Amino acid sequence: MSEQLTSTAYIKHHLQNWTYGLNPETNSWGFAHNAAEAKSMGFMAIHVDTMFWSILLGAIFLWVFRSVAKKAEAGVPTGVQNFVEMIVEFIDSSVRGSFTAKNDLVAPLALTVFCWIFLWNFMDLIPVDWLPATAGWVGQTFFDMNPHHVYFKVVPSTDPNATFGLALSVFFLTIWYGLKNKGVGGFTAELTMMPFQSNNKVVQALFIPVNFLLEFVSLIAKPISLALRLFGNMYAGEMIFILIALMFSAGATMAVFGGVLQLGWAIFHILIVTLQAFIFMTLTIVYMDMAHHEH
Amino acid sequence: MNINLTLIGQSITFAIFVWFCLKFVWPPIMGALEARKKQIADGLAAAERGAHEKELAEKKATQRLQEAKGQAQDILAQAQKRANEIVDEAKGAAKAEGDRIITAAQAEIEQEVNRMKEQMREQVVAIAMQGAEKILKREVDQSAHNDALKELASQI
Repeated sequence: MSEQLTSTAYIKHHLQNWTYGLNPETNSWGFAHNAAEAKSMGFMAIHVDTMFWSILLGAIFLWVFRSVAKKAEAGVPTGVQNFVEMIVEFIDSSVRGSFTAKNDLVAPLALTVFCWIFLWNFMDLIPVDWLPATAGWVGQTFFDMNPHHVYFKVVPSTDPNATFGLALSVFFLTIWYGLKNKGVGGFTAELTMMPFQSNNKVVQALFIPVNFLLEFVSLIAKPISLALRLFGNMYAGEMIFILIALMFSAGATMAVFGGVLQLGWAIFHILIVTLQAFIFMTLTIVYMDMAHHEH
Repeated sequence: MNINLTLIGQSITFAIFVWFCLKFVWPPIMGALEARKKQIADGLAAAERGAHEKELAEKKATQRLQEAKGQAQDILAQAQKRANEIVDEAKGAAKAEGDRIITAAQAEIEQEVNRMKEQMREQVVAIAMQGAEKILKREVDQSAHNDALKELASQI
């Protein structure tokens, strides 16, 4: 590492995505060299590391499950088929427990959400410096880059783009199925005729804006809370790993202490990793269920 | 931590993954699970049926055994009865035969006795004739006195 590396720089480096976008100054597409440049790109940019890892992890998930699905048979299951069937049955029972309508999309949706988010979160358990340092070394050796300008964030769920991408997709699905099952009238009524109701038409008309304000906020709160819960948990977890990693450069005693802390936090984090994936999946099922029923 | 095109990229990726999962992952696995569930249920049902059949067969076997025992008893009783009959018949036959033999023997004996009596009578007549001849020292006209002699012989 370099001589001017401070704790702040280390943390900032770890929290910066590898960004490819439209540079407003040169008006050309390229990789951002630092955080300010990435920020100046605004919306017309893409986080290459987030996309790379999420697609890779999703592909691994689908490859494993597909390879099992291809030769799945009713006989005695062995090895990886057992494992996959265990997950599938777990998802299936969760869906049966929370989702009461008939929709073939929900179970595969829940499976994808759970496994994908679990794998995202699982990347957090890989020591924070391994993959970024490897990327830095590759950049320096093969592409003649300054390793400080190689940004590589490996946990997609610490990127709000990823969590919001999922949460908004689920949100649009719930709106789509809400409109489909309840009709435009039913859907609007749900937003405007509750929770305050009156038999008097005039009073009801007065209630509409109040109801809409309340219901609209709770509607919007769903995807935002869904995305921010996952993002917040994983971001905080990542941050603690980074802070612990800082202790490794502060002398032998601190390094040993840091090692113990890292182990403890990693073990605790296994719980969070699974729990967050499970919460996201369960809420997805619940929101989908709400989109299918009047309530 | 900027919101940018990644958001849309992630959404598209997510949609593709969910679609793939919906088309190629979920149905075959669930199909296999359902098929296995059905196999197990069928197996259990077959086992139950088998157990029931075994019970029935056991009942039937016991019944057959009972029947066979009864039949054997009957046959035995009949045989006993028949044997007794045969013995009785044999006894009767033997007794009749014995009686017949005895009767025949008695008849023969009687006949012999009569024959012997006749002989002896004749001999006695002869002896008496000789004695009389000697006593009278003369010849007796045998033909003249035959009737008298015969009468005499029958009185002996």
